[in-house]
Amino acid sequence: MTEMVQSGVSRRSFIKGAIGAGVAASAAGYLWRTTLSGQDGAAGVVERLITINVNGKDRRVDVLPQETLAMTLRYKLGLTGTKIGCDRGECGACTVLVDDVPRYSCSVLTHMARKSKVVTIEGLEAADGTLHPMQQGVVEEQGFQCAFCMPGFVMAAVGYVKTNPNPTREQLAHGCSGNLCRCQDYDKILTALQRGAELMRRA
Amino acid sequence: MATKLVGRNYTTPDLKAKVTGRAKYAEDFRVDGMLFAKLLLSQRPHARVTRIDMDDALAMPGVKAILTEQDLPAVVEGANLGEGIIASTLSERGLTNEPMYVGEPILAVAAVDELTATEAIEKIHIEYEALPFVTDPLESLRPGSPNARTQGNVWVRPAATPPQPGQPPAPPPQPKVQEWKWTDADFAAAGPDKLPLGKTPDEWTYGDVDAAMANADLVLDETFVGANTSHQPLETRSAMAYWLNGKLYMHCSTQSTMRTIGAVARWVGVEPKDVVIISEYTGGGFGSKGSGAVFYVIPALLSKKANAPVMMRVTRDDEQFIGRARPAFHSRIKAGFRKDGKLLALDGLVIVDNGPYDPVSDSRSGGDHISLANQPEAMRWRMLTVLTNTPPRGAQRAPGGMQGNGLMSPLLAKAARTLGIDEVQIHRINAPEGRASFGPPNAQGRRPFATSAFVKQAIDKGAELFKWEERKARSGRREGTTVRGVGMALSTYSAGSLGFDGLVIIKPDGRLQIQSGIGNLGTESVFDCHRVAAEILDIPWEKVDIVFGNTSKHVPNTCGQGGSQTTHAMTRAAHAAGMAAKQNLQKLAAHVLGGKPESYDVANERVFQKGGGRGMSLADAAKKAIELGGAFDGHELPKTISAFTRTSATNLAGLGLMGVARDEYGREGSSKSYVAGFAEVEVDVETGAYRVLDYLAVADVGTVIHPRNLAAQVNGGVMLGLGHAIGQHWVYDKHYGAPVTRRFYQTKPPTLLDAPRLQAVALDIPDPQTPVGARGVGEAPVGAGFGAVVNAIAAAVGDNVFRRAPVTADVILEALEAGRPMKDALTANI
Repeated sequence: MTEMVQSGVSRRSFIKGAIGAGVAASAAGYLWRTTLSGQDGAAGVVERLITINVNGKDRRVDVLPQETLAMTLRYKLGLTGTKIGCDRGECGACTVLVDDVPRYSCSVLTHMARKSKVVTIEGLEAADGTLHPMQQGVVEEQGFQCAFCMPGFVMAAVGYVKTNPNPTREQLAHGCSGNLCRCQDYDKILTALQRGAELMRRA
Repeated sequence: MATKLVGRNYTTPDLKAKVTGRAKYAEDFRVDGMLFAKLLLSQRPHARVTRIDMDDALAMPGVKAILTEQDLPAVVEGANLGEGIIASTLSERGLTNEPMYVGEPILAVAAVDELTATEAIEKIHIEYEALPFVTDPLESLRPGSPNARTQGNVWVRPAATPPQPGQPPAPPPQPKVQEWKWTDADFAAAGPDKLPLGKTPDEWTYGDVDAAMANADLVLDETFVGANTSHQPLETRSAMAYWLNGKLYMHCSTQSTMRTIGAVARWVGVEPKDVVIISEYTGGGFGSKGSGAVFYVIPALLSKKANAPVMMRVTRDDEQFIGRARPAFHSRIKAGFRKDGKLLALDGLVIVDNGPYDPVSDSRSGGDHISLANQPEAMRWRMLTVLTNTPPRGAQRAPGGMQGNGLMSPLLAKAARTLGIDEVQIHRINAPEGRASFGPPNAQGRRPFATSAFVKQAIDKGAELFKWEERKARSGRREGTTVRGVGMALSTYSAGSLGFDGLVIIKPDGRLQIQSGIGNLGTESVFDCHRVAAEILDIPWEKVDIVFGNTSKHVPNTCGQGGSQTTHAMTRAAHAAGMAAKQNLQKLAAHVLGGKPESYDVANERVFQKGGGRGMSLADAAKKAIELGGAFDGHELPKTISAFTRTSATNLAGLGLMGVARDEYGREGSSKSYVAGFAEVEVDVETGAYRVLDYLAVADVGTVIHPRNLAAQVNGGVMLGLGHAIGQHWVYDKHYGAPVTRRFYQTKPPTLLDAPRLQAVALDIPDPQTPVGARGVGEAPVGAGFGAVVNAIAAAVGDNVFRRAPVTADVILEALEAGRPMKDALTANI
């Protein structure tokens, strides 16, 4: 968490932003608004214009000090393929690659990612529409069911296979064990991700 | 039927959108000027709100509206709200001034962003008057104990009035809440470890239970307590709403598409014709989002009040409170067996922990599915549905069936061990066969029966594939610190409704457009079912377009995506629509080309004279249909279709050759599906930790429509049940009435590392009572998932280790050290 201290965000403001405060508030979460409306936000909220590299492009975006990467991606950059399942590092639905490492984007401050390369599920497909081998593996094996967890699983698997290109089923299961699925045919999920790993090796 | 499509694997048309992140779930939609809603949740288990001071919040810049209970549509007790729903002041409404559980929403704020809404909520001052509360159903039955509601603590359905001669039978009386207490003597008679057998407001019986019990060679008397388990779909019940030209547009997370219209209309207080449901992708429901959620009233009415679109993003914490859960069963079963294992008599009592609102039907379903799975010769089933100040329960995959079949699993395994019979054999000897009866007799004195059951084949196939005998030989044998155990279980569940409509159009380009009102909740039935229509018309899947996910796109009357109805109901409707289109093609060809309709056949994208001769392409037939109009292109419609379908079909008339029809195939019996499950576990007796190594499920679910998807449904159901065995449960602080388990990590669903090697096999024997032969599959596996795992644990470490679920490492370790079950036998939510 040293990076967080460096970013100048106090624990209090982080918690207020990322967890929602107050005994009476149900709220866990969130500080963003739709940028389409041009409405004024809450008084005292200071956004700062920063540049982050997402899916190979430099994106200029106004970011709050305590804003999580998941929120920036979904609500400011329109990259809604990254899902928020729990908003606190439990389910992995928001997993993205930050410098090739799978990270829970709900638990990364956007300011921390300024000098990094972020890849989301939208960034895997080639410009000509060719699917990434991991995506292709999922399609071939009809992996996943409701698929809300799928972007996170796919990003976790891509990141893991980069470090271990030829994993056993057990190794890949460990590599993706930070991701939850509730439809839970974990067998078919692993089969699909193993197929993806195989296609990544061939690519 | 030919099988170019049915029974074959394929890639569903939504998969690429899912895997590229383009698939839009409810929270992925954005509308110009969209506000954000935040909920203020009760911190008290039961209280009356005496004052709300919203002035400071409303004065904040950016706060646009606050919605309270006063803004909700009034409830007229007894009013008929349609779809079989009768208005009740006892029902849940979405917001309340008398919160009945910690986490119940009291009000909602709409603001320009969530920070502002959250700050506004902090500035709202609420005063409460505390009211009595109770979180443990058994506690609530003690004399002098608190009631969850001011009206009482138990749901009671008054006796039906006998029909008057010449009059239609009166509708069944609505259930009511009343005070219901057991006596000190009831509790004293049971002792600390057995469930007391006090009076119950509801029971059914068939056969002579006492006489059958007296004839038994072995009588077991078992108390078993399950856990409350949250649904925890990975997508919370978020929703976004706005109004356009008097119509409500609701982007929401729901299992059903067409079947959500009526529910949202009721909650919001508008006509169904003024509601549009948009739900292209839903991130799981498992029963908790059958027709959406009552909380969708909040963005709908906030949007009206603020005159702007409102997004309600439900957080994981909110979801744990408002997102539904399976009710725990407290059960006591007395079961009498013949020495060969035949179940002669079963006398059961269950307490269902209902939460504070509308009654769940798990208690009746539990008894029905026990009687179906285990076929006792005589059975009595006594039920109490008790209110507690805990989050409302709802149907969860195999509601009641999972708990009923689940509690029978350890009992049957224990009986087998006591009698010296094989566990597979005791399931087999009691298994249903053919048109097996279940449940109590109806008003005519006849017991309902299943359409079919090939359960013995499923058990035999499973035992063979699992190498049961081989694995059993090493079961219970210790090697080093570990012991392996094998277990099996059988579960069954309802598997299909009927009477819905199908609607297809062959377009002038020769493509088949299928209108679907089925929700896309991950079961893929939204695509799978419609392959039946394409199969009948012999149109290649590449030329089929399915319109789904939006009720403004003219969908037919469709069943809800719950209760494992869909595969059965909507393959029938698809069959009816496909046949209607085929007959329309035959009539059109005869009209244009001469001859009789029967002399024409449809194949290879053509309608042509049988045995060679004249014909035309389907594209040309579609063009001709538009030219001719009438019944060919939907300008005249069959009288049998529902009014809802009629409206949709009318809007689509003239676009091509239409096939629209109601499923009128009929059925004798109730559609039921069955799963025999087999598990092997390895327990470390020094730590109590265990792993489920292998799981095999054999499904008797009728004709297989989509093999890979069927396996996913079976394995997913098994894993849901496995989660109930290995760890999922609620923990409550009884003193404060507050939950301790608030997030995933405190009541964790199984992960990849908990999953055994999973194998799912289907018998693929068609159901004789449905034209396609297919039944539902979503729910039947869950009870067997749970049961086989707990039985495998018992086989490894003995019957005297657990008497409640989940069975965690500490349960095993403490019992092994003490030589008896150590966990409190009866307390809820520990």
